[in-house]
Amino acid sequence: MTLWRFQISRKPDQLDPLGDATAESLRGFGIGFVKTVRTTRIFTVQLRDDIPDPDAATRRIADELLTDLVTEECRLFKQGRTPPTTTDALAVEVHFKPGVTDNVADSTRIALEDMGIDATSVRTARRYEFQPPPTDNDIPRILRLLGNDCIEDVIVGTRPIEPPSTPRPSPFEVRRIPLRDLDDRELESLSRDGHLFLSLAEMRTIQVHFQTAGRDPTDLELETLAQTWSEHCVHKTLKAAIEYRGAPFPTAAETQGDRSCGTGVSPVIRNKPFFRKYDNLLKDTIARATDELMRDHRGPECLSVFEDNAGVIAFDDTFGIAFKVETHNHPSAIEPYGGAATGIGGVIRDVLGCGLGAKPIANTDVFCVAPPDWPVDAVPTGVIHPKTVLKGIAAGVRDYGNRMGIPTVNGAIHFDPRYLGNPLVYCGCIGLIPRNCIRKAARPGDAIVLLGGRTGRDGIHGATFSSAELTDTHVDEFAHAVQIGNPIEEKKILDVILQARDYPCDEPHTTSIVNRQSSTINGRCLYSAITDCGAGGLSSAIGEMGEHTGADVDLETVPLKYAGLRYDEIWISEAQERMVLAVPDDNVDTLLALARSENVEATVIGRFTDTGSLLVMYNNTEVAHLDMRFLHHGLPKTTLQAEWHPRENPSPADTKTQPADYTAQLKQRLSRPTTASKHWVIRQYDHEVQGGSVVKPLVGKFHGPSDAAVIRPRLDSDRGIAIGCGLAPELGDRDPYWMAVAAIDEAVRNVVCVGGDPSQAAILDNFCWPRVDDAKSLGSLVRACQACYDVATTYGLPFISGKDSLNNEFAMNDADAVSLRALFAERWPDLAWHLDHAEHGNRLAIPPTLLISAIALVDDVNRCITAAPRLVDVSAELFYVGLHATDWQAARLDSLAHMHATVAGLIQSGAVIAAHDCSDGGLAVAVAEMAVASGLDVRYFLPAGGLTSNPFAELPSGYILQATDAAALAPAADLENVIVTRIARLLRPDGEPTFTFAAIDSPPVGRAPISHVSAAVSLAELRKAWTEPLDW
Amino acid sequence: MATIRVLVLRAAGINCDAETAFAWEQAGARADRMHVNRLLSDPRQLDAYQVLTVPGGFSYGDDIASGKILGNLLAHHLGDAIGAFVERGGLVLGICNGFQVLVRLGLLPGADSGVQVTLAWNDSGRYEDRWVRVRAESPHSVFLEDGEEWDVPVAHAEGKIVLDGGEESLGRLADHGRIGLRYVAADGGEPTYPENPNGSTGSVAGLTDATGRVFGLMPHPERNIFPTHHPAWSRDSNTENAGRRFFWRAVAYFS
Repeated sequence: MTLWRFQISRKPDQLDPLGDATAESLRGFGIGFVKTVRTTRIFTVQLRDDIPDPDAATRRIADELLTDLVTEECRLFKQGRTPPTTTDALAVEVHFKPGVTDNVADSTRIALEDMGIDATSVRTARRYEFQPPPTDNDIPRILRLLGNDCIEDVIVGTRPIEPPSTPRPSPFEVRRIPLRDLDDRELESLSRDGHLFLSLAEMRTIQVHFQTAGRDPTDLELETLAQTWSEHCVHKTLKAAIEYRGAPFPTAAETQGDRSCGTGVSPVIRNKPFFRKYDNLLKDTIARATDELMRDHRGPECLSVFEDNAGVIAFDDTFGIAFKVETHNHPSAIEPYGGAATGIGGVIRDVLGCGLGAKPIANTDVFCVAPPDWPVDAVPTGVIHPKTVLKGIAAGVRDYGNRMGIPTVNGAIHFDPRYLGNPLVYCGCIGLIPRNCIRKAARPGDAIVLLGGRTGRDGIHGATFSSAELTDTHVDEFAHAVQIGNPIEEKKILDVILQARDYPCDEPHTTSIVNRQSSTINGRCLYSAITDCGAGGLSSAIGEMGEHTGADVDLETVPLKYAGLRYDEIWISEAQERMVLAVPDDNVDTLLALARSENVEATVIGRFTDTGSLLVMYNNTEVAHLDMRFLHHGLPKTTLQAEWHPRENPSPADTKTQPADYTAQLKQRLSRPTTASKHWVIRQYDHEVQGGSVVKPLVGKFHGPSDAAVIRPRLDSDRGIAIGCGLAPELGDRDPYWMAVAAIDEAVRNVVCVGGDPSQAAILDNFCWPRVDDAKSLGSLVRACQACYDVATTYGLPFISGKDSLNNEFAMNDADAVSLRALFAERWPDLAWHLDHAEHGNRLAIPPTLLISAIALVDDVNRCITAAPRLVDVSAELFYVGLHATDWQAARLDSLAHMHATVAGLIQSGAVIAAHDCSDGGLAVAVAEMAVASGLDVRYFLPAGGLTSNPFAELPSGYILQATDAAALAPAADLENVIVTRIARLLRPDGEPTFTFAAIDSPPVGRAPISHVSAAVSLAELRKAWTEPLDW
Repeated sequence: MATIRVLVLRAAGINCDAETAFAWEQAGARADRMHVNRLLSDPRQLDAYQVLTVPGGFSYGDDIASGKILGNLLAHHLGDAIGAFVERGGLVLGICNGFQVLVRLGLLPGADSGVQVTLAWNDSGRYEDRWVRVRAESPHSVFLEDGEEWDVPVAHAEGKIVLDGGEESLGRLADHGRIGLRYVAADGGEPTYPENPNGSTGSVAGLTDATGRVFGLMPHPERNIFPTHHPAWSRDSNTENAGRRFFWRAVAYFS
């Protein structure tokens, strides 16, 4: 067999976008002298020697398939020849490591088949030529930027044309781990060295279990227990019993007037020793709030909460809406593109595996990263530069979401230097599910069907890896935890599952869209349960599905990407794009045929049983035999201590800006990366696919920021959903309680601003926390959870799903820690104490970060509004409507709830015609954003005194609303603790639109000229300040 | 007359099939979504349809090049059937990735034009979703009203029309009425980025064949059929939804 190397590059007169982007990226890292980068696509195709006319065949492959004859040219090299490098250029090639999924190669092989050419193997690679060649010093940096060590070989020069190597098969042998006689120290080192990440108490419990059983566990059994008991899968910290001591919670008496707090624990007066015990933190706070609201029939109709892959609320009489948000932080820290892509891929499968399957209709994404202007040379070992991280994760979400055909409609990017070692990547997915498809259960006798991609060595140990902290050597140790996504495979799975869920009695593959959308519930589902293969792979998926039955699995039946996987690798591989279904015998053939008809692989790999145990076979040998009860309920229950006290020196509040600095301050605040326009990211996401877009992420004629997205889940209905989010990590240092309140409140304001109904809304919690293994850090988690309960019950806002990611800390080496301390002292003195603190050692911990995602029903999408004001007659009158308080600590939750309900009512009634949430940056920033969206002249009014006299005050909770006049807002003005005040007037510009600050208490009517101009700046300058920082 | 039947082709990675079928049904047609494998199993199924639509998406991941694998598959297994379909008066529409497929397949602008066309990477080097303004300028395309201007979103990474032979080829295409749609600037001048969102030669957004019955375009008319689709819509204004007219016109062609 002979190998042929096809090198395809742009004709000299054609642009090379990948090359230009690479050059641009190198310049961003200070490697500016590389003038041009030319890229080449490489296909190495192996053809049998007996094909009749190899020259003709290779010419056809080049001309008909691989080369775009208009823009590209192909050079062909036969095995044995060495392709030359352009003189005065440095060539670098990036090849996949053996065994790594190569999606393009797989497609190419299929296309060659269509052409009647049988290729025995195809591999792809890419080649870069740099001119002039970089210096020896820069080469290692360039190599790191171009490829990913985990999955690719990056080499200088040209790789010889050689047959692909195949991974070595390993001989089969059941490995037993002798742990019955180990002492505590040995148990701990077994847990650590085997990447099990189990505590000593847990290791002891396992030891006792096997001592009783009279045998040692196999490696597979130990792995299965470690996966199932991992923080990632079972959330043992949030579900632990916790004894909290320290600062009291803002109690019922303080925050809610006379209303009872309702936790069943009597309110305790401030300044007395405060103690509260939770039997199960999650159940006693977040889940309890939902239970109470459901009992009292408050909030939306909850159809499934905290029990499935996603939470589900009622949408209309026929459908429910499923929503799930996941994090994929650790994988994204090591490999941003792949980590984020598989993060979104995983949460889509969660929704697809919710109930009997929900159809994904929207994605969300929230990133927390360090500032992108981080000094290039001040990045610790093991950390990727934040700009590279952000570009990588945005591209990962883009490529996965866009290819799946799911619109990415809402998100946020939050910047803080403490995310340097642990960027956070939150990925959400919303699905539409028939209400009669929400319950599922595998039944004894059902076949276990594995549907989708093949199993390879990718993503081993992901679940346990996610549960540990990151260190500077993680890249090397956990390269295998990186998963590789193939969105097209997942789209095929999605297509098959929705057809199998709604399997019709006639015409199986042709469906009319109108029929589908309105009568999906009339089909018969071919399976009785479904779940995704996510963290923990088959181990978790089958373990969970068979919890109440039992399951027998034969690992030899699992289709593999390549030979040589050990049985334990097959069992715990986190290869992506796989779903597990429980299929009644009568339907197996139909399901397999349906999958085959769309080129999706489906295989029976075992059977659910009534034995109550998990039996895993390989090579006719028992490799695991575990009691399901021990697997799912054997985890020892712990009681943890938690404590929290306010810091003695809280960060100083914002100082008051002098009027002369107003315009400079406004520009500076608009250009803060957290506030600045995210259009560079947003436009790369397809936010309109599926045709349901109503309120887009950028609004108004001139693309201002939107508060939330609105989509129409059913094209044949005017009913909609509003999707928003909130997070306030900057408040966590003062009090995580108010940080959580602020996050929920922001999410609510966001969905209210577009016309969402806060009385028909639900929220999701995603906690990303530093280490919580000591009482003090756990205390901050307790305070946030208690706030979740207090707000949810006061607002009537149920939590329907949640997830946590703990241990988000980065352990550095000594030298890196010294330079990082110096950098913090210089650039972020307020935050430097986080590194100086003795107990932190050489660790950089993220700020405790609670993301709240909100979903609210919209009765009629035609009644929605945006943040873009419109002229009514000659002007648009803007008012500040907000809580009468300067600080969250003074906020009353009941007043906030009333304010949100009232504003939502004013929007529904038509009294309010544009609305924008006031958050980061303060009042004037929110008004400027509305002006940017509409392109209108602004007169910003500065009263001499009162809450709004400082245009940059970041007040706790408020809206900028456009109303025809103050009288229209009377219902809000009548509320206790709420102020309504005129804040700005927008006018049709008389030329260049201008933002003018005017120190006046009662503004003149209409276009009348204003006196007391304090400062003015052109809108164009403001737009530039807002759009440029992240315009890459 | 009988209801017009539209076959909306599905394939691995095609992802705009549902809303495209919906748009056809809003225009009064009956749309069936059919997987390419099923059509391959019996190409005569095309006989039951008046319109074939290749919708948007990332067919086969756009591996090798956008639309390449599906175009290659259609060329080798359905080329004759599709040729006969057009011959007997059927309409073929390709939207976004579907347009790329029709170009790779050689159906657009048609071998008789003597011009080789490709869809290359956007000048910006990245995928972009944004609204643009386009003008129809083909008197013989059954999908278009000559001279009409409308707003419509684009969402692609590889939508830049590049012609072998540059300006001269552009002139030849224009002379033969093959340029169906161009991006236009709000002020009527020469459109620049982002009005021409991808750097297309001659600001070309869509191409038609000699018969006027085959049409492909990068923008997504199926994403502009409700007033709420338009980015500048508001509660009290009536924004146009020109995508609806686009599908109506094609259905009306048969009446």
